[in-house]
Amino acid sequence: MMIRPIPLFTLLLVLAIPLSLLAGRVWLDPWTTPNAAVILAQLRLPRALLALIVGAGLGAAGAAMQGYLRNPLADPGLFGIAPGAALGAVASFWFGYAASAWLLPVFALVGAGGAMALLALIAGRSAGIALFTLAGMMIASLAGALMSLAISLAPNAFAMSEIVTWLMGALTDRGWTEVRLAAPLTLAGIVLLRLAGPGLDALTLGEPAARSLGVSPARLQALLILGTGLTVGSGVAVAGIVGFVGLIVPHLVRPLTDRRPSALIVPSALAGALLVLVADCVCRVLPLVTELRLGIALSLVGAPFFLWLLLRMRREAWL
Amino acid sequence: MTLAARALTVAKRLADVSVSLEPGRITAICGPNGAGKSTLLQCLAGLIEPDGGQVLLGGAPLPPGRERAQRIGYLPQVGEVAWDLSVAGLAALGRLPHGDRGEAQVAAALAAVDLAHLALRPVSTLSGGERARALLARVLAGEPGWILADEPLAALDLAHQLALLARLREAADRGAGVVLVLHDLALAMNHVDGVLVLDRGTLAADGTPAEALSEDAIARVWGLTARWLGEPGARALTAS
Repeated sequence: MMIRPIPLFTLLLVLAIPLSLLAGRVWLDPWTTPNAAVILAQLRLPRALLALIVGAGLGAAGAAMQGYLRNPLADPGLFGIAPGAALGAVASFWFGYAASAWLLPVFALVGAGGAMALLALIAGRSAGIALFTLAGMMIASLAGALMSLAISLAPNAFAMSEIVTWLMGALTDRGWTEVRLAAPLTLAGIVLLRLAGPGLDALTLGEPAARSLGVSPARLQALLILGTGLTVGSGVAVAGIVGFVGLIVPHLVRPLTDRRPSALIVPSALAGALLVLVADCVCRVLPLVTELRLGIALSLVGAPFFLWLLLRMRREAWL
Repeated sequence: MTLAARALTVAKRLADVSVSLEPGRITAICGPNGAGKSTLLQCLAGLIEPDGGQVLLGGAPLPPGRERAQRIGYLPQVGEVAWDLSVAGLAALGRLPHGDRGEAQVAAALAAVDLAHLALRPVSTLSGGERARALLARVLAGEPGWILADEPLAALDLAHQLALLARLREAADRGAGVVLVLHDLALAMNHVDGVLVLDRGTLAADGTPAEALSEDAIARVWGLTARWLGEPGARALTAS
């Protein structure tokens, strides 16, 4: 019997969310821990919600990107939007605006918007997938170079340390401000990506066949750019670079679906939310001197997974 | 509903090509490599915007997007299937222009290509012949008035070529217009109702298979000395 992914991940989330509220370096007992209500309302609940939002956005964007490029190795980070957002955030550190809770994410969103606009400008007219990919990689490379430049020319050692630490990705010390900022943008992004679903399904047969099925390449690409921009851009804006979620999650979910790209987007959003929520809990619970950064934890898991995936694909190609 | 091209011109590929195709018939587009066969087919399918001229469906310009896709089914030369869908899942993609699941149409399309018993099988496990039929089922599931296929018989053995042609004949008998790009002139001679011969982007012949693929036409367009052997309906070609 085929397991239905949406009820499965919804059930797992229903179980994981209360546990995540209690988990931490200090486990919370709602009846005995002093100020339990305040800790829950001001610290743990927004952090858990943020983990869900960031994970859902990255999962959905990864599923949509893999469908768009017809490539299981695609990751939303490849297309310049995440690096663009990170560059915006780095600029806020560089110019000293990062102390404000609002300005850092706003800078990051401006960076994501810039990357989206550039992507649309370069690739949009022809709406070709190859050009879109190359444009994204060029933007990612440019944003990466500018970030390195900003780090090397940081006005002081404190700013440099702040930038490097932020880039590692984390949900530490985030609050309702970030939730209010990221939630609507991510939700809108997931809706746009889901609207791209039928077009992505048609692309399974290649670009000419998709067009013959009535798909408008320009509309599909616009939905992808906007949807990925909103989900990934807002995720980076509130949590920094959190890698590998968009790559791993669609792979884990795909065998539970009929393998249509459209059938993967919502389950990948739920599974991404679950993965980031659990990973963030593990980061909090691990008995280390300082809390493990979320981005590092996910990369530690994601890089070997990626390697395993490549080896498996090579083996299948040989068979 | 007639599908017609009026003075179609695509830079460096087609020059002033006019054709008129009737439904209920199988028409082959033949010609040497680089003659513009796929370009003409893609123009007729509305996938290439010509630099000059226009394509008319029932006397009116091709409708855009989904409306066109509901009426013209296109089977590309490369039978790409990026994800390992089930056979039924692949055929169901033909319902995308209609925005429904079309379970009855999908089942009928799979039955028409003798794949109903493999409906739940992943496409990756099919043989070449089964895969070609599954891809045709995707087009049939959309119930288009026109089926345009770019070399659908390439890479199939003779038995599978004849099986696929029989399915296309059934579709034509149900009233659909069928247009095929074909390289195998003997298959065109024996199995289609009309032939368009293209040569370096221009229309060199348009008529019955016997007229359009005459030995003179083959000498003129392909530069070969050819002879048709056998009886009508079972002809073989020798060429030097």
